[in-house]
Amino acid sequence: MIHFVVHGPRDSTGVVVVEGVRAGDALDGWVMDGDHSLTITAVEDIPIGHKLALHAIASGDTIIKYGHDIGRAIADIQAGAHLHVHNVKTKRW
Amino acid sequence: MGLPTFFGYHRENGRVGVRNHVVILPVDDLSNAASEAVANNIKGVLALPHPYGRLQFGADLELHFRTLIGTGANPNVAAVVVIGIEPGWTQRVVEGIAATGKPVSGFAIELNGDINTIANASRAAQQYLQWASELRRTEHAIEALWVSTKCGESDTTSGCGANPTVGNAFDKLYGAGTTLLFGETSEITGAEHLVAERAGTPEIGRQFLKTWNDYNDFILANKTDDLSDSQPTKGNIIGGLTTIEEKALGNIQKIGQHCLLDGVLEPAQTPTGPGLWFMDSSSAAAEMVTLAAAGGFVVHFFPTGQGNVIGNPILPVIKLTANPRTVRTMGEHVDVDCSGLLQRELTLDGAGDALLDMMYRTANGRLTAAEALGHREFVLTKLYRSA
Repeated sequence: MIHFVVHGPRDSTGVVVVEGVRAGDALDGWVMDGDHSLTITAVEDIPIGHKLALHAIASGDTIIKYGHDIGRAIADIQAGAHLHVHNVKTKRW
Repeated sequence: MGLPTFFGYHRENGRVGVRNHVVILPVDDLSNAASEAVANNIKGVLALPHPYGRLQFGADLELHFRTLIGTGANPNVAAVVVIGIEPGWTQRVVEGIAATGKPVSGFAIELNGDINTIANASRAAQQYLQWASELRRTEHAIEALWVSTKCGESDTTSGCGANPTVGNAFDKLYGAGTTLLFGETSEITGAEHLVAERAGTPEIGRQFLKTWNDYNDFILANKTDDLSDSQPTKGNIIGGLTTIEEKALGNIQKIGQHCLLDGVLEPAQTPTGPGLWFMDSSSAAAEMVTLAAAGGFVVHFFPTGQGNVIGNPILPVIKLTANPRTVRTMGEHVDVDCSGLLQRELTLDGAGDALLDMMYRTANGRLTAAEALGHREFVLTKLYRSA
C-alpha cells in the first residue's frame, strides 16, 4: 500500500493518497520521478489529498513540489506534519 | 504516429462532429422563454438559455457574438434556430453560423410576439430535427477530432494522477496531428514561465506571457485581498491544495511532456491549424468549457479531484479522477477512474490509453456521465458591465 506520493526527489512535501492517516502511523511513500521508496511517520492526522512535510522546514523556507517553488513556510514545520494553508502561503497575490 | 479512426458527422465546412444536436439559440435573455417553448414543442432539440445579450458593447459584445456564433457553428451541432428580440443582431448571429454552410434560420420577436415566433420557429426546428435524424456517422482520421481540456475541483491527486493522464493522452494526440486546447489563464500563475518555455516560437511565447500578464494585472486591479480565497478555491483547499503555484504546477500537467504551444487564442476564437492552442479564459469550469465549445472543440477531457460535476450542452465532457474517495462517493460522475496510478497499479501510459479509449467510445456515440445526468451548463463569459 502506498500511503503518500512525492513528485520529485527535490520536493519538500508529499501527498497522502489514502483515507484515515493518523498521528503515529508509519507511512510508505513513493517518489514518482525516479521511482524509489521512503518511509516517514505522521505526527498528526492528515486527510487524503493533503500534504505532509518530508523533513523539518523552518519558517520562511521555500516549499518545493514538482521540483518547483510553490510558496513559503509561515511557521516552523516538523517532519511528518500536516503542511497546508495554516503553515504555508503563496508568494503571489 | 498512427491512432485509430473514429466515426463522426461530416459537416458542410469539412469539420467533423461527434454529436448531432439541433440547437435553439437565443440571442439575448429576452428570447429564452420562446427558445424553451420551441424545445418543449419539438422533442429532441436543445434550447440554450443564457442571461446576456442586451446593451453589451465593445470587446464584450464581440465576445458575446463570437461565443453564440461559435456555439452554433460547432460541428457537434447539425442545424440551428436563432431567436432574438429584434432582427438586426438576430441576423448577425444567423449569418455567422451560415458561413459554415449548415442549415440555420432566425426569428425576431418584435412585431410578432412570442406566440407567433414560437410557432414559426417550431416549424423550422421540426424540419431541421427530422433532417438531422437521417444523417449518419462516417469514418474519419483522428486529425479531424478537436480535443479540449480544463480541470475542476482540483486537489493534489489531480496533479499526481488525473492531469498527467490527460497530458499523456495529449502527447499521443499531438503526435497524431490533432487540434488541442487548454486555457484557464489565472490558473497558470506560478507556472507561466514553464508554459512560455514550451512555445513553438519566441513570438508565441511572448504572446502567451502578454495574455497571462494582462489577466494577472486585471486580477491585481480588482482583488479585495490577496485572492487566497478564490485561487485556490475553497474546494481546492479542502482537497489539500495550498497555493496557486501548487495548483498551477498541477494544472499544466495536462499539456503533457512533448506538446509544443503552437498558438494563443482570444476567448471563443477558433484555431487556424493543428497543434496545441492556449485560449485566454476564466478558470471557472462552465465558462471555460463553453468557450472551448465556441472555439470548435468536439470532445473535452475534464480531470477532477474533489468531483466537479460539470457538463456542456453540445460538447461531451469526459470526466476522470485519480482520487479514490471521489470514485467511491461520486462514481456516477466519473467516466475514467485512474486512481490506480497512485498505488502503482496503473502506469501513466496505461492511464493515458484508458482515457483515449474512452475518448473514442465517446466520439463514436457513448454518452458521458455528464450527458446522462443532464449537465448542460452553458455559461457565457462577460468581460464587463453593460451600457
